[in-house]
Amino acid sequence: MPGCRWRSCLALFLLLAAGCGGPGGLETITVAGSTSVLPYVEYLAEEYMAANPQVRVNVQGGGSTAGLQAVMAGAADLGMASRPLHPTEAGLTAITIAWDAIAVVVHPSNEVVSLSGEQIRAVFAGLVRDWSELGGPHRPVTVVSREEGSGTREAFTALVMGGLPTTDRALVQDSNGAVREVVAADPAAVGYLSLGLVDGRIRALAVDGERPTARAVLAGEYRLARPFLLVRPAETGPVPREFLDFVLGPRGQSLLAEEGLVPVAGTGDR
Amino acid sequence: MAALRLAALSTLLALVLIAIFILAEGLPLILHEGPARFILGRRWAPGDGDYGIGNLLAGTAWVTAGALLIGVPLGLSIAVFLCEVAPPPLAPFLKPAVELLAAIPSVVYGFVGLVTLVPLIRTHLGGPGFSVLACSLVLGVMILPTIASVTYDSLRAVPSAYREGSLALGAARWQTITRVLIPAARPGILAGIILGTGRALGETMAVLMVAGNALRAPTSPLDPVRTLTGNIALEMGYAAGEHRQALFATGVVLFLVIFSVNVVARALVRGPSGAR
Repeated sequence: MPGCRWRSCLALFLLLAAGCGGPGGLETITVAGSTSVLPYVEYLAEEYMAANPQVRVNVQGGGSTAGLQAVMAGAADLGMASRPLHPTEAGLTAITIAWDAIAVVVHPSNEVVSLSGEQIRAVFAGLVRDWSELGGPHRPVTVVSREEGSGTREAFTALVMGGLPTTDRALVQDSNGAVREVVAADPAAVGYLSLGLVDGRIRALAVDGERPTARAVLAGEYRLARPFLLVRPAETGPVPREFLDFVLGPRGQSLLAEEGLVPVAGTGDR
Repeated sequence: MAALRLAALSTLLALVLIAIFILAEGLPLILHEGPARFILGRRWAPGDGDYGIGNLLAGTAWVTAGALLIGVPLGLSIAVFLCEVAPPPLAPFLKPAVELLAAIPSVVYGFVGLVTLVPLIRTHLGGPGFSVLACSLVLGVMILPTIASVTYDSLRAVPSAYREGSLALGAARWQTITRVLIPAARPGILAGIILGTGRALGETMAVLMVAGNALRAPTSPLDPVRTLTGNIALEMGYAAGEHRQALFATGVVLFLVIFSVNVVARALVRGPSGAR
């Protein structure tokens, strides 16, 4: 028995040693930063590691600022950010890997087709509570929001709410899909979700007269969108570069599109 | 024997470890916020550092009361019917059918509620459909088998001398049920109701799906509602730091509520007629 335990200890030790990038030939890269970008990069990293078993991609959260600092300090190979770089973050190169665009959606039977950013803010703040104030029939608005901590909610709050809190009358659902189900079933509902997940059962509103299409997002004309960035230092090793190429390549971009983001290249309008 | 004792102790150990873990994670935030502010506070906005679960407590109370309002009369009636009224060939089919209700996973209850009750309430009664009423109906059916089968068993346990004596004295069957059998079975019936209450307080998935989870405290059965359990399940995905602690703190309060319900239950069950 004791001998057996020894052997498994040794095996574990060897395994750990290999994980540290020893002579086993395993390369490890670390990506750190925005928790909004995190789930997407984690997903990409899994796919990348499946195709390249000799590479380990280590993805960590911590927020945009912490991630960029880690890259500047050399603690991370790549950073993730959901905001533009500050002037103090010089020497870094930001690469947009996709756009996180948010569609404000209603039931297909809703007569309202366009709202201004201010109207949307008033609705979600609970200041406007009836569709008649927005050009629709007399009917109370059912506001559908996301849970605290959701990246989509965070983006919506930053892009639309301008510091106003979301009304406590809002229904709260815990996924894009659940918001879609509620809006698809309720003619009085208005909600928001990732643009890539809008389907025929709901209708996306134009915001400030601009319809949400991938083209409008990429042209910067649709305002409820923010770029997701991967940030690299001036000197980037070959392995992080290969990962970046994978993310920007057709496979990486179509994976991001499947997850509801607007890809920056090559996969066409959605 | 030693192995059996160990198995039994492991249950206790699991309970103690869970309690310690929840308290260790949640208590610091409660103490930091102040228990009164945490429990009575009406604003829950983790983004702004506001952690008040007053509205969520109210939500849990509404939903549980609604579930009992539906589940208790139905459960009692079913048990009395099965035990005292049902013609002999019927009971052997009905009892397992009622008990089968308990075998349906809660997510199925939630889903059925979502696709049937919510639209029905929205079109016929108004409001968004996601409501206290939808939760109460779903939960009422969910706690039905617990209440019915515990009540059934305690009615069966009443000595037949009581039944026969009452009938021999000239009491009608209905009088026998309401004046003799139910009072005699009272501790067991109460235990069943308390078990059902515990289930209603703790149920998460089904409630999450039909409650709407709005943060405002409901003022009518047609208003959406968020419960303590729903709050934890809804926000645990991305909660970090203080927010995560606050969810554990919500768990602490839920734990205390369920614990005190059980203590009250035990006291009630051991009450006057339970002392025999």
